[in-house]
Amino acid sequence: MLQAITLILLCQLAGEITVQMLDLPFPGPVLGMLLLFVGLMVRGEIPDGLKQVSDFLLRHLALLFVPAGVGLMAHFGLVARDWMPILAALVVSTALALVVTMAILSALIRFRSRSDE
Amino acid sequence: MNEEFIDIWAFLAASPLLWLTMTLVVFLASLWLNRRLGGSMVLHPVLLSMALLMGILLLTGTDYDTYFDGAQFIHFMLGPATVALAIPLFEFRHEIRKLLFPLLIAGMTGACVAAASAVMMATVLGADRVTLLSLAPKSVTSPIAMGIAEKIGGLPSLTAALVLLTGAIGCMLSPLLIRLMGIEDDRVKGFAMGLSAHGFGTAQAFGISATAGAFAGLGLSLAGIMTAFLLPGVLPWLPGLSS
Repeated sequence: MLQAITLILLCQLAGEITVQMLDLPFPGPVLGMLLLFVGLMVRGEIPDGLKQVSDFLLRHLALLFVPAGVGLMAHFGLVARDWMPILAALVVSTALALVVTMAILSALIRFRSRSDE
Repeated sequence: MNEEFIDIWAFLAASPLLWLTMTLVVFLASLWLNRRLGGSMVLHPVLLSMALLMGILLLTGTDYDTYFDGAQFIHFMLGPATVALAIPLFEFRHEIRKLLFPLLIAGMTGACVAAASAVMMATVLGADRVTLLSLAPKSVTSPIAMGIAEKIGGLPSLTAALVLLTGAIGCMLSPLLIRLMGIEDDRVKGFAMGLSAHGFGTAQAFGISATAGAFAGLGLSLAGIMTAFLLPGVLPWLPGLSS
């Protein structure tokens, strides 16, 4: 358990350092995830403790957004200024992104399973 | 008695313990309440917690910085949780590899649609330029989105707020759209939710199934990485932003 937590933090740390040094446009934890993924591929299996820690973290993922979410409070003024275009843009674009992604992916999956037969 | 209470409150309100505990208590209460009310997504536990905590902070006259001093311990776990997404990705690596090409095509199109439609819609409705630039990266997980906004000349703090709203809206819309489109494949549901509603969508997808969660993690990473690389190049061609 302790080793697993240390491993995850080490991956994140290595990610952060690399991102800073190479001035990459995405955050350290994303690179840390890639590092851990490559490590797992090399090892070929997930160590027991690591599975437990990741299950715990991901099962409660929603909670982790609450502190940042409350920060919306600090932006009431900014959002209030353009609230109508903002809300319309967010609702329409999020709906479109969901629909387009689901439509394309299920069409491609269907196409593939048909060509496999 | 009253004075004593004020003293204790003054001590507690300034300590990280109170707001850390309060966040957990409010979240657990929201989960319970959401379940009692039939699990409606309009009352998503995260949204409910946010609203309740904002209310508590406003009522007690506590500013966000004081709150965050305590809540940052929870916020910090976002980094390790992102790293931990490697585990479901690894567990589902065979399924992902089988669908690599469809996932890349759907992911790239979805990410472009999310950014372009948001900017165009807001342009038509007359939002100002800074709002537009802050709006473009909104479908991406907040640390990436804030970095992009800074790079293209938007307001990172406004982007952070828009990212959160997008996540919340995605959580409310996705069950409805999934039902309307008759999608039954958890891989498709999860991938679209992670791609269009980042961590919020991913959290919700883990509630559907482990498969949906793994594909949501993939959608989240793909949207983040692609938007980070593509958006700065694509943006000048969008109407309303050509300078």
